[in-house]
Amino acid sequence: MAELSIKKLTKSFGGLTAVSNVSLEIKTGELVGLIGPNGAGKTTVFNLLTGIYEPTSGEITFEHDGRKTRLNKLKPYRISKAGIARTFQNIRLFRDLTVLDNVRIAMHQNAGYGLLAGFLHLPAHALEEKRIIEESINLLDIFNLSEKKNEMARNLPYGEQRRLEIVRALATGPSLLLLDEPAAGMNLGETAQLTETIAQLRDRFDLTVLLIEHDMSLVMRICERIYVMDYGSMIAEGAPEEIKANPRVIKAYLGEDVANA
Amino acid sequence: MSVKELVKKPVLRKGIGLGAVFIIVQLLLMTGVMNDYYFATLVTICINIILASSLNLITGFTGQLSLGHAGFMSIGAYTCAIFMMNVPPGWGVGAFLAGVLLGAVAAGVVGLLVGLPTLRLRGDYLAIATLGLSEIIRIIMVNLDITNGAAGLSGVPRFVNWIWLFVFTAGVVLLIANFLNSKHGRACKAIREDEIAADTMGVNTTRYKVIAFIVGAFSAGIAGALYASYFYVIKPDLFGFLKSVDILVIVVLGGLGSLSGSILAAILLAVMSSLLQSFAEIRMVLYAVMLVAIMIFRPQGLMGSKEISLALLKKFGKNLTFKKKRV
Repeated sequence: MAELSIKKLTKSFGGLTAVSNVSLEIKTGELVGLIGPNGAGKTTVFNLLTGIYEPTSGEITFEHDGRKTRLNKLKPYRISKAGIARTFQNIRLFRDLTVLDNVRIAMHQNAGYGLLAGFLHLPAHALEEKRIIEESINLLDIFNLSEKKNEMARNLPYGEQRRLEIVRALATGPSLLLLDEPAAGMNLGETAQLTETIAQLRDRFDLTVLLIEHDMSLVMRICERIYVMDYGSMIAEGAPEEIKANPRVIKAYLGEDVANA
Repeated sequence: MSVKELVKKPVLRKGIGLGAVFIIVQLLLMTGVMNDYYFATLVTICINIILASSLNLITGFTGQLSLGHAGFMSIGAYTCAIFMMNVPPGWGVGAFLAGVLLGAVAAGVVGLLVGLPTLRLRGDYLAIATLGLSEIIRIIMVNLDITNGAAGLSGVPRFVNWIWLFVFTAGVVLLIANFLNSKHGRACKAIREDEIAADTMGVNTTRYKVIAFIVGAFSAGIAGALYASYFYVIKPDLFGFLKSVDILVIVVLGGLGSLSGSILAAILLAVMSSLLQSFAEIRMVLYAVMLVAIMIFRPQGLMGSKEISLALLKKFGKNLTFKKKRV
């Protein structure tokens, strides 16, 4: 079953076509990588998938538990509700709120009480808040962040901010997780640890994962399939071994001369 | 801890605090220590607390800069005044309560109508749109017959006493505090921090911006109605741009994103203003100097984005004793 299917997706900003005719399909439970040189349009694909940009043309459909959703014109919060969560390449935490609040906000759509209960602090509010705090701390525990739950997000070191972004995405209860360069700026040890965590997450939370990453050690190690973009177009798709040997990919990354040598 | 305990504890603490404030002021009034002049200052303080808390919800917590808060206050004041002056005298205090409610609802409805289109604007643009809105409201009040034009309405029945003042002020502040301390309040703060991230994490950002705006407008309507029913006279100029700025000054001074800061600043400014009465000529100059001084030494406002809580007071107390020991 295809979890996510993108057909002939195009996005132009005025005269610039950032993504052109891109098609992609991900099956439930897969761990797929999306790679390409800087400016290839990978993050734009993520922004189209999460409703931050509206596609110029093409179709995006997401299917989960037998429910099919067309994502093209949906607002980001609706896409989040449908079951897609993401992290951001340039960390976008709620900087002046606590670590715990960052996670609790992501549980917003699953908090079962309305405006009235919020204003009057009816019992439903207390019950749900208690549950949300427990679940948030459980999630933070997985990433060794629960001890910092009362710190402001902006005061966390860089690596922990990246991890908090993943926790926050998981807190929305997604079935498809989009990770935008999760290992950016991490050292070798941290990257290796993160690689393990991502693989474990997929099994533990029954996730489908699509990740953008420049760190090839991470991509080649855990991705089952890899898509390669260059100048807004999809230039290759296949298993890690195939991608490594694909002349178009080598050309895109290293230039014409090396590819011919 | 059982659910019951969880619900009861903070409520109990708040209740004791509020009850104490109510009883102390009531005693001061009964013994005559608090004369009419002081009481008028108290009314101003309470109205300013309502105005500042509700503007803080919009600007400090949700991050939407609004320069038109006096406009909503004006709608509340005029609606309540016109209603009270046109119902039979036999209605008594019922006329007042219905008037306050009507004024608040009218302001809330205008907030909704204006919020839907303007909240798509960000930052400076929203500020200018809300500024324009309050000017439009002022000009409408100047030109309508029912509002008696620039001369305004006088002889509004006075029903505001300490009990009603307390009920409405405490009520508004408590409801806003509860709202902020729920998933709805967190959604508002998320919008302030990063609108795109909030949207991506499942927060319907338009909805929450509009809700914050409506709750803010509704509360400002209550403040306006209380004003009308205490000060007899209302006229359009009272609710001009400068009034909006006054409210914003309280919010910024107290700290954007601190409800207790807004309350503290509302009290402090009123006290400052009365203390300066004796320096009639240079009063406004001194007032401005004080504001500048506070902004230089506390640019984040008196409270920053913190709230006054037992934990904070304990920490403060510890610091004090620590310093004493070192001396």
